[in-house]
Amino acid sequence: MHMADALLSPATGLLMWAASGTVLAVAARCVRRAGDERLVPLMGLLGAFVFAVQMINFAIPLTGSSGHLGGATLLAILLGPQAALIVVASVLTVQALFFADGGLLALGANLFNLGVIPCFVAYPLVYRPLAGTQPGARRIGVAAGMACVLSAQLGASAVVLQTVASGISALPAGHFLALMLPIHLAIGVAEGLATAALLLFLRRARPELLAAPARVAATRLRPVLLGLAVATVLAGGLLSQFASSQPDGLEWSLAHAGSGAERAAPATLHARLDALQRRIAWLPDYTRPTPTAPQTGGTAAAPAGDAGSSLAGLVGGLLTLALVLLVGFGLRRRRSRT
Amino acid sequence: MNRLASALQDLRALDTLAARDTPLSRRDPRAKLIVTLVFVLTLLSFDRYQVASLLPLALFPVVLAAQAALPARTLAHLLTLAAPFALLVGLANPWFDRTPLLALGGVELSGGWVSFTSILLRVTLSVSATVVLLAGTGMPALCAALARLRVPQVLCTQLLLLHRYLFVLGDEAQRLTTAYRLRSGRTARMPLSHFALLAGQLLLRAHDRAMRLHQAMLARGFAGHLPLSRPMQWRRADTLFVGLWCAWFALVRSIDLALALGRLATGAGA
Repeated sequence: MHMADALLSPATGLLMWAASGTVLAVAARCVRRAGDERLVPLMGLLGAFVFAVQMINFAIPLTGSSGHLGGATLLAILLGPQAALIVVASVLTVQALFFADGGLLALGANLFNLGVIPCFVAYPLVYRPLAGTQPGARRIGVAAGMACVLSAQLGASAVVLQTVASGISALPAGHFLALMLPIHLAIGVAEGLATAALLLFLRRARPELLAAPARVAATRLRPVLLGLAVATVLAGGLLSQFASSQPDGLEWSLAHAGSGAERAAPATLHARLDALQRRIAWLPDYTRPTPTAPQTGGTAAAPAGDAGSSLAGLVGGLLTLALVLLVGFGLRRRRSRT
Repeated sequence: MNRLASALQDLRALDTLAARDTPLSRRDPRAKLIVTLVFVLTLLSFDRYQVASLLPLALFPVVLAAQAALPARTLAHLLTLAAPFALLVGLANPWFDRTPLLALGGVELSGGWVSFTSILLRVTLSVSATVVLLAGTGMPALCAALARLRVPQVLCTQLLLLHRYLFVLGDEAQRLTTAYRLRSGRTARMPLSHFALLAGQLLLRAHDRAMRLHQAMLARGFAGHLPLSRPMQWRRADTLFVGLWCAWFALVRSIDLALALGRLATGAGA
């Protein structure tokens, strides 16, 4: 399921862009370093293949419904996760541009949900260990199926987290999750069956395609990358949750109290500055610190989180990410100069 | 018509639109990309209960669609394709958020309905802006702009190749499914085992084509990436284009123009 621009707040959207963009940049560097020129046309054509085959529906056995292939897991198995992520990114970009599927800001979130998760979470953590080095037919099928189911579940959970963190939809996380997970279990199973069936066909018809596992050598950066992505998402999700739930309550109570409350507010300098700040705020839901918020010992169920500290956390996280990117960029420039 | 055929038709339609020479297509693709990104960020930075104040932003897709001579029908068609997920999620708002927010002529409107309308508007505006960007620029120019904006070359090349071969493999997939339907006599969905054979054949053909393509590219002096740079010149008009639009977005973001206009029209005090 593609995340949509209309449900995202800029903070969540940009955070997801930062996470996916970092992973994508590193993947692009790995592919370039691998220097396998055959990869260039192969990636282009496999991207076109995934795009075309996504539109062919098949009947899911034992049920009346139909499914289609997503393709990220298949690409990761055929090309290696780095090249697969680039192919998925290109397919998602074309879908966003030509079919307005998702949108430009949502592209970062979609790339994370549909690309980074299958290629850098499900593939190395589920497919590789389960399939092993010399996999038989059954192992390939089971490993690919499991990887697809896990990708779909994690992707659906990420959509819920991003939606709730954005605070545009009023759908509570629990309800949304209860809606999304069963649907994506079915989607994941269908995708797993299709991927497994396709891989088994390839194993019979052209075993050498599967024998060359990761075309791009695994990089030591992977753990760093995974850690960075997971930390960003956790921080982003949790902090945005705090930052956006607080003003929600404020908005609710303001709406409840009616305009009388606003009129009664004294026109002090502080109030004026606050009004000005609200007016020019780029991220309106994240700029209303509550200095008098009680200390709650950090319990999740606490109604009043400290939006000021979450703002600081969010900004700090983004700055750290920016600094890391800056350092990486500086190093790259120095390397290219020498 | 099946999904694949209609998707290919949409792709071709947009590609044909983008190939024309219009006032918008003459702007530097980087300028269009930057302005569209700022537009989307501005649009989404509004509070979820804002509806009227978003409306002045519609000026952007409207003016650009006019400059690109984009038919409203194409836009409407793509909107119906893109909207469902956001709308389904948005429909939960009226259900869960029933706080009365507005009173219009004795009818109380809940916060949920207001935010649902806001989501509807967000979908319309962001989708329109994206479609206008593509229809007024075209994929090759957009890829070149991305490369100039320091997006990794590998990704730009991939986008360009994908765009070129979408049509080739799309047509091939369509021929395969048509042949399958004609021979199997099936009108219902194909079983999984048949799907695996069909998709597998398509994948093998894609792979073989990629290998032939690689040979052909080598024969033409391929050195790892496609030449992306096309003559691209940032003119004063492009600076003006970016500057004016960003100023407009800043104005819309800081002053509720719709409300101001409403007050002016109704004579209500501030």
